[in-house]
Amino acid sequence: MAGMSSKRLQKELAKIQGTLPPGISLVSADNLREWQMDLTVPDNPIYPPNEPYRLRFQFSPNYPIEAPECVFLALPNPERKVPIHPHIYSNGIICLDLLDAQGWSPVHNVESICISLQSMLASNTKAERPPGDAEFVATNRRRPRDINFLYHDPSV
Amino acid sequence: MDSDDEGGFNSAASSIELDEEMSSSVDFDSDVELDDYQEDETAFEATAKDLAPRRKAYEVEYRVYSPKDIQAQQDDQVAEVANLLEQPPEATAILLRHVRWNKERLIEQYMDAQEELLDKAGLGQDISKNPPRLQVIDGFCCDICCEDTPGLESFAMNCGHRFCVDCYRQYLVQKIKGEGEAARIKCPGDGCNKIIDAKSLDLLVPTELTERYNELLMRTYVDDKENLKWCPAPNCVYAVECGVKKRDLNKIVPSVHCDCKHAFCFGCTLADHQPCPCVLVKKWLKKCEDDSETANWISANTKECPKCHSTIEKNGGCNHMTCRKCKNEFCWMCMGVWSEHGTSWYNCNRFEEKSGSDARDAQAKSRQSLERYLHYYNRYANHEQSAKLDKDIFHKTEKKMTLLQSSSGMSWIEVQFLEAASQALQQCRQTLKWTYAFAYYLARNNQTAIFEDNQKDLEMAVENLSEMFEKSTDQLAGLKVEMMDKTTYCMRRRVILLDDTAKNLKEQTWEFIVDMV
Ligand SMILES: [Zn+2]
Ligand SMILES: [Zn+2]
Ligand SMILES: [Zn+2]
Ligand SMILES: [Zn+2]
Ligand SMILES: [Zn+2]
Ligand SMILES: [Zn+2]
Repeated sequence: MAGMSSKRLQKELAKIQGTLPPGISLVSADNLREWQMDLTVPDNPIYPPNEPYRLRFQFSPNYPIEAPECVFLALPNPERKVPIHPHIYSNGIICLDLLDAQGWSPVHNVESICISLQSMLASNTKAERPPGDAEFVATNRRRPRDINFLYHDPSV
Repeated sequence: MDSDDEGGFNSAASSIELDEEMSSSVDFDSDVELDDYQEDETAFEATAKDLAPRRKAYEVEYRVYSPKDIQAQQDDQVAEVANLLEQPPEATAILLRHVRWNKERLIEQYMDAQEELLDKAGLGQDISKNPPRLQVIDGFCCDICCEDTPGLESFAMNCGHRFCVDCYRQYLVQKIKGEGEAARIKCPGDGCNKIIDAKSLDLLVPTELTERYNELLMRTYVDDKENLKWCPAPNCVYAVECGVKKRDLNKIVPSVHCDCKHAFCFGCTLADHQPCPCVLVKKWLKKCEDDSETANWISANTKECPKCHSTIEKNGGCNHMTCRKCKNEFCWMCMGVWSEHGTSWYNCNRFEEKSGSDARDAQAKSRQSLERYLHYYNRYANHEQSAKLDKDIFHKTEKKMTLLQSSSGMSWIEVQFLEAASQALQQCRQTLKWTYAFAYYLARNNQTAIFEDNQKDLEMAVENLSEMFEKSTDQLAGLKVEMMDKTTYCMRRRVILLDDTAKNLKEQTWEFIVDMV
């Protein structure tokens, strides 16, 4: 079974290295188990059009049966911020049903996650963090996939 | 003591030996029944009614099931409904799970909107015409693993989402093993709501997982039924059936006794908390948690002797303390002189509300409310702690029982009075503990005064019995009759208190200082 995710990841990578939708680009995939992508948000005054956001994907051997772990990174150079959004904590953890066990389908992939996140940001109207952000960021030691988010609001 | 016959009716009265003993000597009017028991048409109802002994106000009807019983119950219901709907058992099982085992609702929906129901349950078309099978399809490429080797076996339900058999299996393993899902596993296709039916699962679930899978299915059956609950004791595999509904929980405290000997509340599944209703238990535990820092020092296991101030550690369940240093005898709970407790025990049991004169001062008021809380908490925690210590003593007593046999020539049966006494103590302490949480929420009136009298009587009986446990082995043989009497007396006081409280609860005559929500 270990071979399953490798073959799938290689195919995904080959496709991503070919074409990607506008505003989504591959930064690195030197390690097949960890990729980084950059994302820009068109047409939303909350997010400057030239400011890319960095996404890190980590894949377990069980991918794509299991969702990848996907977070926004804050970096000094080149500077990358964690986009402000009511479903994105300031430590980069994303609350999106697509990424948890209930909402994940093995048919999803890195590209479809990026597209979902891009449209989630594009349609956002609130420049704010999730409720309880400071406390969550200060106390959370769990990995994103082990968190049971109670707050799923598909309308935001 | 517990019924060995798994199918036999098991009421609270028959599962506690000591209670049974009691019922012959104390006469109660016990035909108090909740009207709702009649509503459920469960398989055992008819026999239960015939066999049911006269119940006390605080006892409820219930039944304990083994995993085998639960499986049989499920199979029976599937077979019955399958017959009615003329559907294969696999589809019927899915439909029943879909409506959370509400037979009536299923039949109604089936009659009204069959197609819609089948669709919603993930049974779109007749699966019996098209049994699930693995297929090899030319040019197939699996969307999950991107494998396209010729001859690759694949599977799809009639939603058409086709994946290779390895991926399908891997997906199911993840759902069953990783996420504990069973009854409502959906197709792996994105956004597809089709539920994988039992026949497809039979084909796909790896054999090493079928046991876990069936176990999970059984779990959902019990979880879905309002009148069934798993025994919360660790590693216990039994489930309990009880007809008490959520809306009745302010009128009755449904304590049940599992065959594993664990007594728990059917309403909230916490350990038995009679006579205190679930809603007050919840409030109380929340309050204790919030106030735990204040409360912690109170429940600490050491205190100073009120006379010579040397530190004294409580090492047994009894509240009658003797200071090693100055021989001062005092009460652990109120720190009062022990000799006064014969006539004025209430000092230890009641909290005299302070006069309202200084209540206008806000600070005094808040201190008074803390004092009031600590008064009840102190006694609550004391009984919890004592019950643990009594248990320790009993383990030592087991050794005493062995010693007693050899020194006095008594048989194993003849020394059982010690075990009976120990069990009675545990049970009475458990009850006493919760009487203090209950009393905390009671308004002051005549009924509360009667309650506190009953509480006081039980408390005194318990302390008397507890004290006997501290006697040495050679004294115990001669105390057998006295100990048995005291055990009986304790249990009688407990029954009186529980019965009285439960009757008033049922009639809703208690006046509480909080809303019962
Ligand atoms: Zn499907
Ligand atoms: Zn596959
Ligand atoms: Zn049990
Ligand atoms: Zn309860
Ligand atoms: Zn002393
Ligand atoms: Zn006292």
